Amino acid sequence: MDTHDTQSDARPVLEGPDIARVLTRIAHEIVERAKGADDVVLLGIPTRGVFLARRIADKLEQITERKVPCGSLDITMYRDDLRMHPPRALARTEIPGDGLDGKLVVLVDDVLFSGRTIRAALDALNDLGRPRAVQLAVLVDRGHRELPIRADYVGKNLPTSLRETVKVQLAEEDGRDTVLLGAKPAPQ
Amino acid sequence: MSKILIRGAKVLGGEPQDVLIDGGTIAAVGAGLSAGGAEVVEADGKVLLPGLVDLHTHLREPGREDSETVLTGTRAAASGGYTTVFAMANTFPVADTAGVVEQVWRLGQEHGYCDVQPIGAVTVGLEGKKLAELGAMHESAAGVTVFSDDGKCVHDAVIMRRALEYVKAFGGVVAQHAQEPRLTEGAEMNEGIVSAELGLGGWPAVAEESIIARDVLLADHVGSRVHICHLSTAGSVEIVRWAKSRGIAVTAEVTPHHLLLTDELVRTYNPVYKVNPPLRTERDVMALREALADGTIDIVATDHAPHPHEDKDCEWAAAAMGMVGLETALSVVQETMVDTGLLDWAGVADRMSVKPAQIGQATGHGRPVSAGEPANLTLVDTAYRGLVEPAGFASRSRNTPYEGRELPGRVTHTWLRGKATLVDGKLT
Amino acid sequence: MQRHLISAADLTRDDAVLILDTAEEMARVADRPIKKLPTLRGRTIVNLFFEDSTRTRISFEAAEKRLSADVINFTAKGSSVSKGESLKDTAQTLEAMGVDAVVIRHGASGAPYRLANSGWIDAVVVNAGDGTHQHPTQALLDAFTMRRRLIGPDAGLGQDLDGKRITLVGDVLHSRVARSNVDLLHTLGAEVTLVAPPTLLPVGIETWPCEVSYDLDSTLPKSDAVMMLRVQRERMNAAFFPTEREYSRRYGLDGDRMARMPEHAIVMHPGPMVRGMEITAEVADSDRCTVVEQVANGVSIRMAVLYLLLGGNEPAVTHPRTEEK
Repeated sequence: MDTHDTQSDARPVLEGPDIARVLTRIAHEIVERAKGADDVVLLGIPTRGVFLARRIADKLEQITERKVPCGSLDITMYRDDLRMHPPRALARTEIPGDGLDGKLVVLVDDVLFSGRTIRAALDALNDLGRPRAVQLAVLVDRGHRELPIRADYVGKNLPTSLRETVKVQLAEEDGRDTVLLGAKPAPQ
Repeated sequence: MSKILIRGAKVLGGEPQDVLIDGGTIAAVGAGLSAGGAEVVEADGKVLLPGLVDLHTHLREPGREDSETVLTGTRAAASGGYTTVFAMANTFPVADTAGVVEQVWRLGQEHGYCDVQPIGAVTVGLEGKKLAELGAMHESAAGVTVFSDDGKCVHDAVIMRRALEYVKAFGGVVAQHAQEPRLTEGAEMNEGIVSAELGLGGWPAVAEESIIARDVLLADHVGSRVHICHLSTAGSVEIVRWAKSRGIAVTAEVTPHHLLLTDELVRTYNPVYKVNPPLRTERDVMALREALADGTIDIVATDHAPHPHEDKDCEWAAAAMGMVGLETALSVVQETMVDTGLLDWAGVADRMSVKPAQIGQATGHGRPVSAGEPANLTLVDTAYRGLVEPAGFASRSRNTPYEGRELPGRVTHTWLRGKATLVDGKLT
Repeated sequence: MQRHLISAADLTRDDAVLILDTAEEMARVADRPIKKLPTLRGRTIVNLFFEDSTRTRISFEAAEKRLSADVINFTAKGSSVSKGESLKDTAQTLEAMGVDAVVIRHGASGAPYRLANSGWIDAVVVNAGDGTHQHPTQALLDAFTMRRRLIGPDAGLGQDLDGKRITLVGDVLHSRVARSNVDLLHTLGAEVTLVAPPTLLPVGIETWPCEVSYDLDSTLPKSDAVMMLRVQRERMNAAFFPTEREYSRRYGLDGDRMARMPEHAIVMHPGPMVRGMEITAEVADSDRCTVVEQVANGVSIRMAVLYLLLGGNEPAVTHPRTEEK
């Protein structure tokens, strides 16, 4: 996820209704592929992945009329770039009651980019239990993978250049739902 | 011996005059003296003082030649403008016999940089139990007149009384290191706000003051004179002031570092600031300056205490106590007393030469700068300001608290009985 | 945060809250099937203990191992290294072996400060208790315990201890725990009262940011937490107080006194407890006493400190927590 400040020339590529629609679609796809989502556990990757996971969980509940376990998975301590920055504040890892053993874990993140976050998430999962299978849902796939990782559920494929930034804003954190495509400031 | 003409020197800080040295004696002082074949030293407005006298120096020889020797210590003394140093008795072996004091005295004579007047121990082995042979040390070639267990306090009141009485027979004086031992068990720094915060063992002012109070009363009772080493607290000043007002024969010294530094520096835990008595507070520093100015404190004495690097390059608790001081003393006194307007140069001559020579009975030292007097002289460039650079010290040790500090004044020339020991800041 | 952790006074409010918040996440690792994180893989930490302290050393060791650091234990007790040079020499020897951090316990106040500031070594220095000076991780784990008990593990996130009334009782004079706690609790907004006989309070305490009282009974009803400091029996012989019995009667915490504390108030002790001296068995074993929790919290706090000092390319940069509000 890019965290640059929203540039003034950033333009929305997804708006609130679009985001709601793609999350509904992802929920339906999960039910379809998981054949009812009986053993699905959603784990959002903080910060915005957690909100997306909760929204998908709500939609799954509407579809299946059952509560779908939903938690969060902080990957900070598993990052491969720890030594390149000051240590970051940790976010919450919350594993729903029954644990992960034998479950179908669907990781949820906002933007899929290099794939390193997901690699760290897979490592973290390793220490938390042994799921039956792990799948990945993302709101935006912007390409430029650096690891052999792909998403199972994609809200929107967004071909980008490395000079561009993708910023996801969600009402829970940012006051509104939108996905912005902007340009990195030119190097000084 | 050759003649030297010091031209245009401010004698004791007064109007520029010429001073002619002939052999070991000052031949003439006046304006426009003719050189007449004498070597000329252009003083150019520098201040000329009688050679400084330090009543409190640790030369470490015999026993701790890794930190200082009589040679290196007297070279340091000459660099600092001194022509006499009194060498403390806490050597290994302790200077508690005629043999040890004569050895130290002879070494000083042989090296010729500075007269060395040994101080004899008051008690055998500085142990505070049994009087050393004070009379024998006095009668030795060293002619000891000052006795001290410095580093340790003569804490037993009876021993102190006897020592004060006994030395009267030959006009000696006991110099007391005032430190009540029970009150200073485990003490590492001044007890107060800073020690409370740093968790270092507190060294209460009262441990010094109570001994001074006792000793001035003892001196009064037995009609002796007593000298108090390195006063460090405002309370000590009050007691000495009171004693002097009563006519008690007490004299007192202050070190340069207690005139400048405070216990706030201990926050660095750098043992270069670890010293006995400890650095005190700003309030104490100001009281000491005032007392030195008004004569309550008679003299400045360096307590020059050399220690090898490894004894200071460690944690606070493990470090040795003490600072070198001979080569920075005059600068610190200029900084704290002269440049602040508390003392003029005549006052400095009095506190650093005349009075210490009187207390220690160093004949031929601390004399007026006038014709017929011994040519023990110090020329000071008072306009100089510079950073203290321990690497250039003549002392074998570098444990100065002033490293990198800017201080005024620099001794350029020192003459011991007409013989130059320091010329243009370089030892001869 | 600063590069080293020497004194609780070096921590800003935001530093301290970040450590507490991080410790809260670390505490959850203890509930996992695999109680280990890969974060400090490849980092080497030496526990350099010049003083016996099995508890503190084990706590640091557990924290280091949970973060996957390589751990070297160096216990230098007794006379072989009682000379001053050995701190410098020992530290330099260890650094030559590629140590990234030194966790040091030393009997001399200021030894960790010297180690960090004398140019002897480059490694990060964490003070695990020095003389009668500081024990910052103890103060942090105490604050963590207070926040969890008095505010709540989750409710406390991002919070300090504003307005909490904390009373420390006992040998303040010789206590690095007291000094660290006064500094940290003040930074966190708590109101601290020290209670001790006057002999066990340092001269110069008047500038500390806390109240001082000689009377335990009047302080107890106004306390949200009461921390009993250890009193060594040897102090009796140095005339700090007449007898053990008199000390216990005036400054010990028993059931009756505990009953005078507010309902929600907790009893803390940094350990090891001297039962019967400063605290009765009844109090020590009650569920208001947090001694065992403090030990568990110590591991979480030390994990947090080590992560924040060593987890990145420089110490953590603090800012108030904004996420997950």
